[in-house]
Amino acid sequence: MGTTASQLGKDLLSEYQELTFLTKQEILLAHKRYSELLSKEDRNLTSVPMEKVLSLPELKSNPFRKRICHVFSTSDMKDGSLTFEDFLDLLSAFSDSATLEIKSHYAFRIFDFDDDGTLDGGDLEKLVNCLTGKTEDTRLTPEEMRQLISNILEESDIDKDGTVNLSEFQHVISRSPDFVRAKSLFCRTA
Amino acid sequence: MTTAMSLFFVFTADEEDTVIDSDGRQERAKEKERKKERDRKRRRNVARRASSARKEGKELEDRPGREERRGRKKRDKEGKGKGGEDERQEEVKNDTVAKTQKNFSNENTRKLEQKEIEVVGEEDGDTEEKRKNGRPEKGGKKEDNGRGETVEKKQKKKRVETSAEHESSEEEEDEEEKVGEEKPEVLSPEELEKLKEEVDERKKLISTLRGKPWPMRKKLLTLRESHEFVEKYEGALGKGKSRKLYAYKVMMLKKWMKFQRDFENFKTACVPWEMKIKEIESHFGSSVASYFIFLRWMYGINMILFGLTFGLVMVPEALMGRPYGSMPRKTVPRADEANAMDFAVLWDFGGYAQYSVLFYGYYNSQRAIGWLKFRMPLSYFLVGVGTVAYSYMVVIRTMARNANEDGGGDNNSFNFSWKMFTSWDYLIGNPETADNKFASITTSFKEAILEEQESRKDDNIHLTRFLRVLANFLVLCCLAGSGYLIYFVVRRSQKFALEGLESHSWWERNEVNMVMSLLGMFCPMLFDVISALENYHPRIALQWQLGRIFALFLGNLYTFIIALMDEINLKREEEEVLKLNMTIWEASLYNGTMGANSTAPPITVHPADIPRGPCWETMVGQEFVRLIVSDTMTTYITLLIGDFLRAVLVRFLNYCWCWDLEAGFPSYSEFDVSGNVLGLIFNQGMIWMGAFYAPCLPALNVLRLHVSMYLQCWAVMCCNVPQERVFKASGSNNFYMAMLLVILFLSTLPAIYTIVTIPPSFDCGPFSGKSRMFDVIQETLESDFPAWFGKVFSYASNPGLVLPFLLLMVLAIYYLQSTSKSYKQANLELKKKLQTQNEENKKKTKMAALKAAMDLEEAQKARSEAPRQQRKNNASQQSYTGEKNTVTGHLVSSFVFVYPPAPRGHRIPGPLPGNQWQPAPSVQRVPNSQRHRV
Repeated sequence: MGTTASQLGKDLLSEYQELTFLTKQEILLAHKRYSELLSKEDRNLTSVPMEKVLSLPELKSNPFRKRICHVFSTSDMKDGSLTFEDFLDLLSAFSDSATLEIKSHYAFRIFDFDDDGTLDGGDLEKLVNCLTGKTEDTRLTPEEMRQLISNILEESDIDKDGTVNLSEFQHVISRSPDFVRAKSLFCRTA
Repeated sequence: MTTAMSLFFVFTADEEDTVIDSDGRQERAKEKERKKERDRKRRRNVARRASSARKEGKELEDRPGREERRGRKKRDKEGKGKGGEDERQEEVKNDTVAKTQKNFSNENTRKLEQKEIEVVGEEDGDTEEKRKNGRPEKGGKKEDNGRGETVEKKQKKKRVETSAEHESSEEEEDEEEKVGEEKPEVLSPEELEKLKEEVDERKKLISTLRGKPWPMRKKLLTLRESHEFVEKYEGALGKGKSRKLYAYKVMMLKKWMKFQRDFENFKTACVPWEMKIKEIESHFGSSVASYFIFLRWMYGINMILFGLTFGLVMVPEALMGRPYGSMPRKTVPRADEANAMDFAVLWDFGGYAQYSVLFYGYYNSQRAIGWLKFRMPLSYFLVGVGTVAYSYMVVIRTMARNANEDGGGDNNSFNFSWKMFTSWDYLIGNPETADNKFASITTSFKEAILEEQESRKDDNIHLTRFLRVLANFLVLCCLAGSGYLIYFVVRRSQKFALEGLESHSWWERNEVNMVMSLLGMFCPMLFDVISALENYHPRIALQWQLGRIFALFLGNLYTFIIALMDEINLKREEEEVLKLNMTIWEASLYNGTMGANSTAPPITVHPADIPRGPCWETMVGQEFVRLIVSDTMTTYITLLIGDFLRAVLVRFLNYCWCWDLEAGFPSYSEFDVSGNVLGLIFNQGMIWMGAFYAPCLPALNVLRLHVSMYLQCWAVMCCNVPQERVFKASGSNNFYMAMLLVILFLSTLPAIYTIVTIPPSFDCGPFSGKSRMFDVIQETLESDFPAWFGKVFSYASNPGLVLPFLLLMVLAIYYLQSTSKSYKQANLELKKKLQTQNEENKKKTKMAALKAAMDLEEAQKARSEAPRQQRKNNASQQSYTGEKNTVTGHLVSSFVFVYPPAPRGHRIPGPLPGNQWQPAPSVQRVPNSQRHRV
């Protein structure tokens, strides 16, 4: 613990605390985990490639893991690699104490598969496919899929333009009883 | 860091300003003596300009630029401090040095200009630009921009910034000299006000920054920049003495914030089992984890209850009360002395355990004990009341908070969307759980679609109805049967007790508890089978199941209590008889000694020999403690056999078995969240019920919860598999809490009933000798408080006052409820309004689009006609105006189409030669303009 603290610097640590929803211990823990990801051969790299991030046990079985990396990555190459600050952003957004607003914002961006700022039919279909898993028997039939998507659009597409935009999404999400608690991600440490 | 720095360089278009800052500072350091006078003037200027710039509301656009500038500077400093961060940093420094030299010459001109500025006032933007234009790099850019107004303003603003920085840096340098003489005249009140506003705004920004969905780098920059800004200007806000005070206040505020943050960290570090729970969460999803969180919450409550009873009742009595063996109630009777230390007896909480601080009977009725004059009976009573009151408070507060979190979301207007957007449990980190989750989400989708389709046609409703009625009938039979069984067993055990426990087997002695535990184990399974008949949706089925188990437990508990009441009555009869015998015994004793010698020495009988009453309170306490212990034991044993042993067998017999045990019939057990939560709730109910008669109960419960935390964590991790139906926990959270509240109410009822109606035993417990237990309050009022207080109290407890008060409370509740209802109504109305407005808007836009299309057609028609006529007239003119008119004509026509109905002839000075290609842009334009006007 002491070594990580000295690595991060006291000022930076307090700034991170002010900017994220994480506590000091959590930030230090995150730093530990992050440097473990880095440790193998590339100490000097500033960002962890996506494959490594995806190997985290917390993300391993998450169907949105690639989207999560892409959304939080700030790298220019669009390869989904995460710097430590991106990593902190990710953890902060997924932590228990993050606000509904920020959670819904990032959720929207995660669900927006083609990054065009709205959830259209294609996005929704991809989303359903993510949620129903990869195996054949859990997939929905095209007919069911069509029905489902039209139902969803009927409910959430308030301005009836055929897509769900951010404010519509937030409106829907904010009514949901189990959204806020549902997203926290800070699990195993060992 | 490299990428970060390179990004900066992309962004920072106005490096020059930074450079001016830094070298300006250097310059100043050299020419300190000249500076003061000029400074004063400039500061006045600065403030004016700052306020004017702020008025223009340019901050928002300006901020990013400043951010980067500041951020970079800070990084520069850091780079120097850390050393060897990267090459970019070096470059920056080199850059700075180069520019410093370059700008050195500029510095003189600038100083001159500053005097000018003071005179000219508002023209400084221009002068600045002149200065800037003098430099080669900037000049080019400026011309490209065409010297737009915005640029000018930005420049001005930046100037303000730079000079403001000087100001503050100098303030730091020679504060002592200037304080008092210069500051007051520098900033006028309204400027101060504005500065203050700005600072407050920044502070707000800092505090809300974490809620912004920006990348960390941007947040970091904004934070640093805002911090710097606030630090700089906060100092300038006060005057003279108040300035110091202000600075002090700010400092204290900062310290306080830091302390708060540290305290938060400390608090989270203190939460026990956090990591354990997270680990379980990652394997089994949030529903299983919610059980453990609930368990932890229970543990917390019990800790406090334990603290109350232990600190205010048990310890004082043990330390300051009369010691063991000093009086009959504190001594084991002679008959039991022989085996009072046997383990079997102690395990049954008889013998020495019965005559100890663990139970009600041990406490003495002495009003004040020890050198502290501790009011023992009063404390006992108040702790009993406080336990219940505290529990009510905590449960209700938690429920209210949960309800707030739910936000009163309307039940299923977004049914599908919620399933879609919120169904994934982001805590799942285990592939197996994830697979289960996938399956459950798919089924839920399919179910929802089917439900949607079937909501119109529901066939065979009669059969379902019949089956449901049948199922409920069966369940009722089960409940009645279990209730009768318990009653029967309790009556039998009373008979046994009258005959003497020694003559019966272990089973006969523990019959009641065992039967209750077994019923609690098997009836839920039965209900599960029965509920298959009903064909409910899983979530509803779960609630029915929970409700039934709840009814079963409750029925059992109440049967137990009724039986207990019978026993209490028996004991009280016994007591009456004994009281009579007691006088006879005393008389005989007295007579016996009288006969022996007439001097009558004090009669000394060992307390163990004195006959005593049955003390029903201790009996009740013992019953509850035994119940808790046996319940705990059953839980642990079922855990070990049902989960651990099963898992071991399945795991190791699988190698040599004819079918696949892991996938087939026995398989591994799932963690039964609802059953466990219910068990916990009932356990707590028993604690609340019995805590008054057995102060040791909270302690026992803390022990139990502590052990089960570890045991169950281990059991879950090592021998359970994730649930097949992984459902979210938070939705049913308040359901559990509501149950807890009901249990709390139902368990306080009998306790309060016994306290209020049954007179306490005459020879044991803190209230012996009083006709009712609550008389202790009366006694305290009379002897410990002044007379007027008692009077006031008696007036206040007068029914004439209490009844109106109750009425008032009822009215208040009614009022609050009706207001909340009306709020809900208003919410609904608003929603409807929003929807209709949306629809209207849509209609309007549609109409507008239609209208625009029609207008467009008309206009096109008109246009196609007009040029034809004009072309005839102006055929000759066209030849020489040709080229020019193409441009102007196009421009003008686009204006025209903003007002399509207007006749074109008035506006267009010349003919329109470019007609062939014009319709294309105007087609796009028309609907747009129309929409704006609508």
